[in-house]
Amino acid sequence: MSLFLNQLINGLHVGSIYALIALGYTMVYGIVKLINFAHGDIIMVGAYTAVIALATLGWSAPFALLAAIVICVLFGVLIERIAYKPLRSSPRISSLITAIGVSMLLQNAALIIFGAQPQPFPTIVNIAPIRFNSIQISFITLLTVSVSIILMVTLQGFISSSKAGKAMRAASEDYTTAQLMGINVNTTITLTFAIGCALAGIGSFLFCMAYPAVSPTMGSLPGLKAFIAAVLGGIGIIPGAMLGGFVMGVAESLTKAYISTTMSDAVVYGILIIVLLAKPTGLLGKTTSEKV
Amino acid sequence: MLKLQEIDLFYGAIQALRSISFHVQPGEIVSLIGANGAGKSSILNAISAIHPISSGEILFENHSINKLPPFRLVEMGLSQVPEGRRVFSKMSVLENLEMGAFTRNDSLEIQKDMEMVFAHFPRLKERKKQLAGTLSGGEQQMLAMGRAIMSRPKLLMMDEPSMGLSPLLVQEIFDIISEINQDGITILLVEQNAQMALSLAHRAYVLETGRIIKSGTGQALMQDEDVRKAYLGG
Repeated sequence: MSLFLNQLINGLHVGSIYALIALGYTMVYGIVKLINFAHGDIIMVGAYTAVIALATLGWSAPFALLAAIVICVLFGVLIERIAYKPLRSSPRISSLITAIGVSMLLQNAALIIFGAQPQPFPTIVNIAPIRFNSIQISFITLLTVSVSIILMVTLQGFISSSKAGKAMRAASEDYTTAQLMGINVNTTITLTFAIGCALAGIGSFLFCMAYPAVSPTMGSLPGLKAFIAAVLGGIGIIPGAMLGGFVMGVAESLTKAYISTTMSDAVVYGILIIVLLAKPTGLLGKTTSEKV
Repeated sequence: MLKLQEIDLFYGAIQALRSISFHVQPGEIVSLIGANGAGKSSILNAISAIHPISSGEILFENHSINKLPPFRLVEMGLSQVPEGRRVFSKMSVLENLEMGAFTRNDSLEIQKDMEMVFAHFPRLKERKKQLAGTLSGGEQQMLAMGRAIMSRPKLLMMDEPSMGLSPLLVQEIFDIISEINQDGITILLVEQNAQMALSLAHRAYVLETGRIIKSGTGQALMQDEDVRKAYLGG
């Protein structure tokens, strides 16, 4: 029982990071119908920024986190402007290929600048884990899960009640009609990328606290898993990305504990395949039939 | 108020509009009638800057608006009720109306206008918390019109408001269009239902394969032999 609970907590830990990153995929997809494959590499950008701020510049953790967020947002917005915006009315495959290209560009640029050797992420917090009988929760886990939940609740509130959030929903449902309402969709798209990348920046910092090795390709795997989490929950649906992230994290962690560590990815992808076979729109996806 | 001068518009290699020129005066209801594919919706999308024109000039209140992005036009007082209503189906009736008022920041006045919309369309008030996708076709048309009014337009463009509605509802919608016009909003109406469109309009233009082939007062066109044959069933 205690093994199960400990693994469940581990799963929630990694799952909340997947969820934060998945939000970026799903929000961008919702509005521009693009799988932004470079989103995973934003994690790497954030991680290097934090390492430089912490280790080279000697900044304190909150400032390093802030720097990571700012640089991630800057990268996200610039990538959208330079690489995706000119292709907005082109076939979707063009922007998809471009996204893969941007991902390779970021990885290889990092390889040239920082080298292939992973760099250690400095230890920021050194607080003993909290114990309840046989269950132990590390401080980082507690921090990661609670920060993620606070961010998700805030985001959900922003999307459902603020004017800018409603404009995002309107634009993601019907791009052209949103323009007819006087919504500046360019601003809305920029905001979407900015929010997604800010969350990725925070996610990257939390990720590095748990897995303290920073390398040029470190964003690929969490990026891929977050993308799968977004699809699992229903791409374009914000609560879906959160649910998908947690489901992925828990499934991965329990598989490692009970089945096999090497099988965990296979099990996670297997879950995705089964869910998509049974419900092609994802866990929270609806096949809507509307009156016209 | 609105003036189009020799507008050409292409979809790829296909020319949808050929040298379209017409104008709308303040306070008027002007109808564009024509068959499917004659270019009626293309004209509205050209004016709203949804689709770029390849040549010609569009003037709104004597300003050239060719190069302006769609959201600027809404701010200037040009609003469109798109074909097929296009309500935001996953948003509530209230949120749809709020989106209509997106360019405005005067929340007290927005509240007042919302009451005004509910006065025109009492059924929307009963359903204000409901998701727009669950409304009937007629209710969605009312919502799309109410949403457009929320921007306080000077010129309201409507694309096929009668599409897919029962004759009774069509009559109701056209009565409301007339009411809106009497409130001081100029109307540019695109319709296949030529009978209704001509009886309501002060003036009208007849479109055929991307060209304007006839124009005149609504009454005059209803008497016109060719128009009667082609659009009014003899």
